[in-house]
This record gives sequence, structure tokens and C-alpha cells, in this order.
Amino acid sequence: MILGKVIGTVWSTRKDENLVGAKFLIVRHIDLEYKPKDATVIAVDSVGAGVGEIVIVAQGSSARQTTFTKNKPIDAVIMAIVDKLDISVKEKQKETVVV
Amino acid sequence: MQLGKIIGTIWATRKYEAVTGYKMQFVQPINSEGKNIGEPIIALDTVGAGPGEIIYFVTASEAVIPLDVDMAPVDASIVGIVDSINIES
Repeated sequence: MILGKVIGTVWSTRKDENLVGAKFLIVRHIDLEYKPKDATVIAVDSVGAGVGEIVIVAQGSSARQTTFTKNKPIDAVIMAIVDKLDISVKEKQKETVVV
Repeated sequence: MQLGKIIGTIWATRKYEAVTGYKMQFVQPINSEGKNIGEPIIALDTVGAGPGEIIYFVTASEAVIPLDVDMAPVDASIVGIVDSINIES
């Protein structure tokens, strides 16, 4: 899963009929120090997340594994709202090879 | 599956029902020499790994299989803790 911050909502009336009733939130990827990254994702909310909250997003076909998103064209779902983050193993990021 | 190192833990009380009871860990993917590969991810811990431990995790919808529920929005699960790695070449 990835860490993100809810920054807004997407309203859309003309859409796939399976998506009627889905609440789309815009989630910006953030790093371990909560610094925002460029990427954002549109995720369906399954836990009642609000704008500004730090959330965890599951992506890919696992996103369909909730009662609401089952058999729907949805590949990102907010599955938790973060209370606390504890980064215990701090190391300077030597060089990160992007695969 | 990928090798990874546990670099932190997340507490979240408000979460999807089916994932309660599992710890969520921050995992830095690494290669077999221990070099960081890519960005840290969040994985559900089904084996009870501790901070700093070298583990391996499974991603995509297979990540739901270790859980004792049949449906859960999880795309990464830690499924084992490494004792040792032996590289021939």
C-alpha cells in the first residue's frame, strides 16, 4: 500500500454506471516525512476519510476486495486512516535504484 | 516476491474491518545485496516481524491470501522473515 494525503474530491456525473454512488477522493502521495510528492491518485473511500487526512491506499485488483468496490472498475481504495507513524530504522537513503 | 527491510510501523484505528488485528509495517524493498530498490511501501504483517528485520513480501491480490478473511483491500503482505541468504555466483 502507499501513504497519501487526501487533498480533494472529484465530482463526475457522466461515468461508468458501475461507479454511481462512489465517492472519489484525490490522494497525493507523500513520503515518510509527510513531504508531498508529485503523484496523485483518485481513490474510492471505504473508511470515511476526509480532506487533509493522512491515509493508506491499496491499489491494483486488491482494491476490488471490499464489499462496495467488488466487481467495479476501481483500482485504488482508501483502506485506513493513519493515527501515528513510527519510523524506527532511520538511515540516509544511500542511492535508490528505481526499478 | 520481494526482499525488504522493516523501517517503521503504522498505527491506524480507523481502517477497513477485515484488516483489523494485523500490524501495518513500512518496508523498504532491497535487493539480495541489501541495497535499497525503489520507494518504501506499506505491507500488512502476517508473521510478526520487528523493526530492522529482513523479510520478504508478496504483492497484488495474492497479498490477501495469507489473511484469514476472503476479501480485504490489501496489495502487499509480509509472508516471511529471512534467516540467511546464500548467493552462489
